[in-house]
Amino acid sequence: MNSIQQHIKPVSEEEKIRSILETVTDPEIPVLTIADLGIVRKINVAEEETEVVISPTYSGCPAMDMIAVNIRLALAAHGYQKVKITFALSPAWTTDWMSEEGKQKLKEYGIAPPQTRSDGPRLTGGIECPQCQSTNTRLVSEFGSTACKALYQCNDCKEPFDYFKCH
Amino acid sequence: MSKHLIDYALHLADTTLILSQRNAEWCGHGPVLEQDIAITNISLDLLGQSRYFYQYAATLMGGSATEDTLAYLRKEREFKNLLLVEQPNGDWGQTILRQYLYSQFQQLLFQQLQHHNDEQIVAIAAKSLKETNYHVRWSSEWVIRLGDGTTESHARMLKAIDELWRYTGEMFHPAAYEKEMGIDVTALRNGWEEKVKHVFGEATLPVPENTFMQHGGKEGAHTEHMGYILAELQYVQRAYPGSQW
Repeated sequence: MNSIQQHIKPVSEEEKIRSILETVTDPEIPVLTIADLGIVRKINVAEEETEVVISPTYSGCPAMDMIAVNIRLALAAHGYQKVKITFALSPAWTTDWMSEEGKQKLKEYGIAPPQTRSDGPRLTGGIECPQCQSTNTRLVSEFGSTACKALYQCNDCKEPFDYFKCH
Repeated sequence: MSKHLIDYALHLADTTLILSQRNAEWCGHGPVLEQDIAITNISLDLLGQSRYFYQYAATLMGGSATEDTLAYLRKEREFKNLLLVEQPNGDWGQTILRQYLYSQFQQLLFQQLQHHNDEQIVAIAAKSLKETNYHVRWSSEWVIRLGDGTTESHARMLKAIDELWRYTGEMFHPAAYEKEMGIDVTALRNGWEEKVKHVFGEATLPVPENTFMQHGGKEGAHTEHMGYILAELQYVQRAYPGSQW
């Protein structure tokens, strides 16, 4: 009995909300949750209103408005009606905040995850192909299908692929 | 202070919006698919940056001002963007050169803004800077490729320099609201010239000297192109006031 009770901790309101937010995904890359992306900054629980503070990724990313709507919907489904979503510009979002699990999911999805830290030297080659794991790849374009990605091609298996840029 | 801060936020918002609009004209018309995607991605980054500045200006102004009323319902003389960014796209070379000349300036300016005392300006500039670094890299590589390319591409870059250079002086010519905000754009000139000289050198392009410089955009006196841009950009809201998606 005792050992079971020790494992049941009261779940705080904030933890509850956090677990709901973990079900909200990026509309552009549906394998990633907003927790994987590392954009949830803060949750302020109050009687009258719940505030979720998130970091926008790229300035022009159209997914941000969609993510805000999806957060509202997810929370409303769990009875949170009064929700305020605040975009915090500072500190600026970086791919360093992406979870290891998120990077693994990206790779399985066919997108090469960011391979260095944002403050590190810029990688010009050696991005690993998510299909065949070869690092013999080349940059096709700095800009890809969305703001966060660059276009690469593998010189070995010849497959083109997206690289989630280090930002 | 607040009036100057609003003017300054609008100046940055207008400059990034108008350049975004110009670049967006390339959508579906880029010389190759990858570069069509690149220029429209840059357009999107700039649009996002302009939204932050408009939202901030709207908050400071209060009342019924929103990012949309500021972008869609102001008149030409109220726009405070740089003359450089309203210039026509011309050919790909001219578009590239305009982007490079501006991005190189924006990079230095936004670095300087990191030391400003207005928190929101600092935050927007810090966030935008990460994107600007990409724009500088991409556009400078293209300036070098075209300048040091074929006889034809080199000749076109010379023509682009001839078209655009006269609008670069305005970037370093402070408006009253910049002075009031304690922003010293004149201090950026040497750093900018040094970077441009380096890139032009690699591109085998000459840096013009003692050129007549046009200015006025920051105070709302625009070139003949501005009205046409706004006519297109604002058409829907002017024809169907308050319409929404």
